[in-house]
Amino acid sequence: MLSIKNLKVSIEDKEILKGINLEIKPGEIHAIMGPNGSGKSTLAAALSGRDYASVTGGSITFLGNDLLEMSPEDRARAGLFLGFQYPVEIPGVSMVNFMRSAVNEKRKYQKLEPLSSSDFLKLMREKKEVVEIDSNLTNRSVNEGFSGGEKKKNEIFQMAMLEPKLAILDETDSGLDIDALRVVANGVNKLHSPENATIVITHYQRLLDYIVPDFVHVLYQGRIVKSGDKTLAYELEEKGYDWIKEEVIAG
Amino acid sequence: MNVDVKLIDTKDIFTRLFNENRDAIFSGSSEYVNTIRNKALEEFVRAGLPERKNEKYKYTPVNEYFSKDLQHNFSPKKIEFEVAELFRCDIPELDTRVILVLNGYYFNPLQELTTLENGVVFGSLRAAANKFPELFAKHYSQYAVYANDGVTALNTAFAQDGVFLHVPKNTTCDKPFQIIHLLMSNEAQMVHHRNLFILEENSEAKVLICDHTLSSHEFLTNSVTEMYAGPNSNLDLTRVQNEHNRATQLTNTYSHQMQNSNVSSNYITLHGGRVRNNVYVNLAGEGAHNNSLGLYLVDDTQHVDNFTYVNHLVPNCTSNQLFKGILDENSTAAFSGKIHVWKDAQNTQAYQRNNNILLTDTAKMNTRPQLEIYADDVKCSHGATVGQLDNDALFYLRSRGIPYKESMHLLMYAFAHAVLSEIKLQPLRERVIELVDKRLRGELSHCNNCKMKCQ
Amino acid sequence: MSENNKILNELTQSDYKYGFVTDIETESIPKGLSEEVVAIISAKKNEPEWMLEFRLKAFRHWQKMTMPKWAHLELPEINYQDIIYYSAPKQSAKLNSLDEVDPELLDTFNKLGIPLEEQKALAGVAVDAVMDSVSVKTTFKETLAEKGIIFCSFSEAVQNHPDLIKKYMGSVVPYTDNYFAALNSAVFSDGSFCYIPKGIRCPMELSTYFRINAANTGQFERTLIVAEEGSYVSYLEGCTAPQRDENQLHAAIVEIVAMDHAQVKYSTVQNWYPGDKNGIGGIYNFVTKRGICKGDFSKISWTQVETGSAITWKYPSCILRGNNSIAEFYSVAVTNNHQQADTGTKMIHIGKNTKSTIISKGISAGFSENSYRGLVKVMKGAENARNYSQCDSLLLGDKCGAHTWPYIEVDNKTAIVEHEATTSKIGEDQIFYCNQRGIDTETAISLIVNGYAKEVLNKLPMEFAVEAQKLLAITLEGSVG
Repeated sequence: MLSIKNLKVSIEDKEILKGINLEIKPGEIHAIMGPNGSGKSTLAAALSGRDYASVTGGSITFLGNDLLEMSPEDRARAGLFLGFQYPVEIPGVSMVNFMRSAVNEKRKYQKLEPLSSSDFLKLMREKKEVVEIDSNLTNRSVNEGFSGGEKKKNEIFQMAMLEPKLAILDETDSGLDIDALRVVANGVNKLHSPENATIVITHYQRLLDYIVPDFVHVLYQGRIVKSGDKTLAYELEEKGYDWIKEEVIAG
Repeated sequence: MNVDVKLIDTKDIFTRLFNENRDAIFSGSSEYVNTIRNKALEEFVRAGLPERKNEKYKYTPVNEYFSKDLQHNFSPKKIEFEVAELFRCDIPELDTRVILVLNGYYFNPLQELTTLENGVVFGSLRAAANKFPELFAKHYSQYAVYANDGVTALNTAFAQDGVFLHVPKNTTCDKPFQIIHLLMSNEAQMVHHRNLFILEENSEAKVLICDHTLSSHEFLTNSVTEMYAGPNSNLDLTRVQNEHNRATQLTNTYSHQMQNSNVSSNYITLHGGRVRNNVYVNLAGEGAHNNSLGLYLVDDTQHVDNFTYVNHLVPNCTSNQLFKGILDENSTAAFSGKIHVWKDAQNTQAYQRNNNILLTDTAKMNTRPQLEIYADDVKCSHGATVGQLDNDALFYLRSRGIPYKESMHLLMYAFAHAVLSEIKLQPLRERVIELVDKRLRGELSHCNNCKMKCQ
Repeated sequence: MSENNKILNELTQSDYKYGFVTDIETESIPKGLSEEVVAIISAKKNEPEWMLEFRLKAFRHWQKMTMPKWAHLELPEINYQDIIYYSAPKQSAKLNSLDEVDPELLDTFNKLGIPLEEQKALAGVAVDAVMDSVSVKTTFKETLAEKGIIFCSFSEAVQNHPDLIKKYMGSVVPYTDNYFAALNSAVFSDGSFCYIPKGIRCPMELSTYFRINAANTGQFERTLIVAEEGSYVSYLEGCTAPQRDENQLHAAIVEIVAMDHAQVKYSTVQNWYPGDKNGIGGIYNFVTKRGICKGDFSKISWTQVETGSAITWKYPSCILRGNNSIAEFYSVAVTNNHQQADTGTKMIHIGKNTKSTIISKGISAGFSENSYRGLVKVMKGAENARNYSQCDSLLLGDKCGAHTWPYIEVDNKTAIVEHEATTSKIGEDQIFYCNQRGIDTETAISLIVNGYAKEVLNKLPMEFAVEAQKLLAITLEGSVG
């Protein structure tokens, strides 16, 4: 589904990612962990096509297409979803309007007719139940005045609406209390299927108690320095990142 | 009080005055300063003094102020008594280097210029112009633009003296400088004076200016202060205006800021018949930050008009303006603030706020907060309010047993506090807070520190 | 950024939809302005003597005035002798049904989407259509007449309701008010008159469509709305003009009088031809609009969406004379390419317990200049006056300007006046967020701008709101990325 080969990314001429290799197949959940500043969010930015993250080398193939050649909106329409670490507020733009545009743009891309208003509202209702989002959140402007937890739930709700092939959740657990964390994780688990894949980017092992990864990768100084199964996450929790740092230095 | 006001053609009268007293005005000034004098007079004759129809002076008719029949002196007046005795600065804990300016002339019979061990030079502007011609060529009249500005043009033509301060590179001044502008005369008088502060790269200085009247005569002061803040420098200016009701004061302060410099200026108008403060800021180097604040407390028939013009010329600068006023009795006040973001001055952040409280039906406030913006990546906002003390808050205080008058006073004080808390010198801040406190209680109906008790 | 600029350029070139010219025979008088021309206009309209006198007084006053220069506009020299002051579509004497209207003319208004035809009666809007200098046809006159509502062209009102015209014309905007008001008072050709009697709630939206068609012609119309005690009316005004290379002048006057407990809601979607992308051509729009809340508890509400004109100079204002009266001003002004707009409002608080609200949203793109200019004045006797102003500017691109020039004058201590303004650009992160959800940049901008202007658009009557939203999208389509 997603194939990242020797990806190098710079921000303001500073090389942040120094050659990432990653293969993701349908049905898999990958966790990317690493200390602050290791390049986790830069990877998410490069995958979703943020212009400040300039790709200086390597390739990314997504469902057979060259992802780097695609605009951010085309990546989204093709099924790549980014759950933002800091979702922006867009005053005056209602969630309904926003989501209708997004869903219908995707349908247009798939050469499908746009949804009628009633079908769309039905879809909204269904998906709201899936992610247990409070119904009045969707009556407000996009993220405006939302609490941290509400913003993250709203990201998962949008993910449910857009049914992506690959979801990248960037530090979705940051700033969440345990209840909100559970709601977010349940949403992700419910939406998971053998056809789609998820990348969970996180600093802490905590989220992985709820979203159980098939693979865990440790990102450090712009490189994946260690990969393993979920036990690696526990190991990290126990020993901290210093252990990895020492290994890297020793290696 | 009933002085006959003779309205006269100011262009004519000042041209005549200039020509008749040319020798006296020019004497002692450097050749460079005198060359500029001539040009400034020409510009004055062209531009004239602003009238009410001039948008910048819509609420303050300066042309009328200058039309009054006032005396001029072109050499320091002989003062028969000891100024130091008459005036004492009572900020006990404030350890400053005091610089006296009497009727516009630097006043120190012993020494015209002082050089400190660290190389800092301060003293008479006139003497400095002769001693440091290259510094004057670089800075004098470079920031106080007199083109199209009759008030500054007039000052540039007539001002003979004032205070000069030069802080060399990488130097921090140990003590604040306290400039005391005193007005004392036996007749109605007009005074032009001029200050120039130069802070070289990576230097730091704090300046306190106190404006006082020591005799009951009518005064008109037209003061220009130019401030150059070199790269990475820090300049902190506080001006406390405390003149009597027959005094009119125009101040024109120009800050020119280079990269990463930080200039903060605070105008506390405690007392004065008519006050107009023009605050011009040029943010000319990236990363510069400017703070301009003001507090005006007016009563009787006093009039205070603050005018700011903050120019964001280059990217990545920030500015913040906060002016607050409390208007009592028949007073009037005005505020005009402008944030001008030039094309290409991206990533600008500029804020401006003006809040006013009217205590009586007869007080009047006019405010014009303005934005003029030609760059798109900016965050700018301005806000203005005119209102009264919050009735709910007043009730809340009273319900806790605080008397009405005291409650009012507490709220007014709280209102003023946002400006006062920005005064960086702690003893000065406390002293000004005390003065404001007195003023708000009505105990300072004459100007402070003066034995004349003139009204 | 360069990619974004490309999108910007592609999209700001979208064409003006109403730029066609109707080939219709018109009757014009020669170019130029003099007392004689004023007299000719008056004679053409078969006006009574008092009307001619009013015009001549205004003309003589205008001659003594000069064009105002205080606005933040680059005003070109206007040669007032090079303008045709009267042009009318030629038609048979008097129209009794729509069948008698020139089919070309009907076609014009159909193209503009204006329901002149009877079958569009369902739209439920009474329309007065003004082409060049004269009112072409007013619909629903009879239905309205049953309720005692007068809705007719200004010329008809001069003939049929001289007392009302004499009483109210110039009572809110005297001809001495300003340069363009004086000019209009001298040469105005037609316009709409609307009178709502005591206690009547006008059952439908009243609407005037203004159209400049003939070349070299100025349009000088005048609207007068009088709402008697306890009445209500919602009034809509739309404007379009053909695409021409030379600039054309439009100087209108709108006067509103609201008596005790009367409410008038006046909505404008101004879409005069703005000129091409190089700033060639377009309408000069100098308009004086003012309402007086004369009676206690009266209310006047201005809503405007300004997308057209090369130059706009317009300050719909309110005099809050009656106690407890309310005035509102909601504005969206969009400028693109080389358009210039200096617009805002004046709220003059005179009565006690008066309240005014100003919400202004300026959006600038291209090389345009967009200014908000407003005055809030609280007079001495205006106890407990309240004003809240919010003026926001949005910049799309780095070659345009956005300015805010509020004046606040308070002469009463019981007043509470608040003014807030912000200037910002559309956040790149907002656009990217939309992109990431599959929404392209141009749709994202349209979404964000409409969200930004929503507070004002919500105030428009339904049929106008839809049109206004589309107009915003067309004027700005993807102006930035």
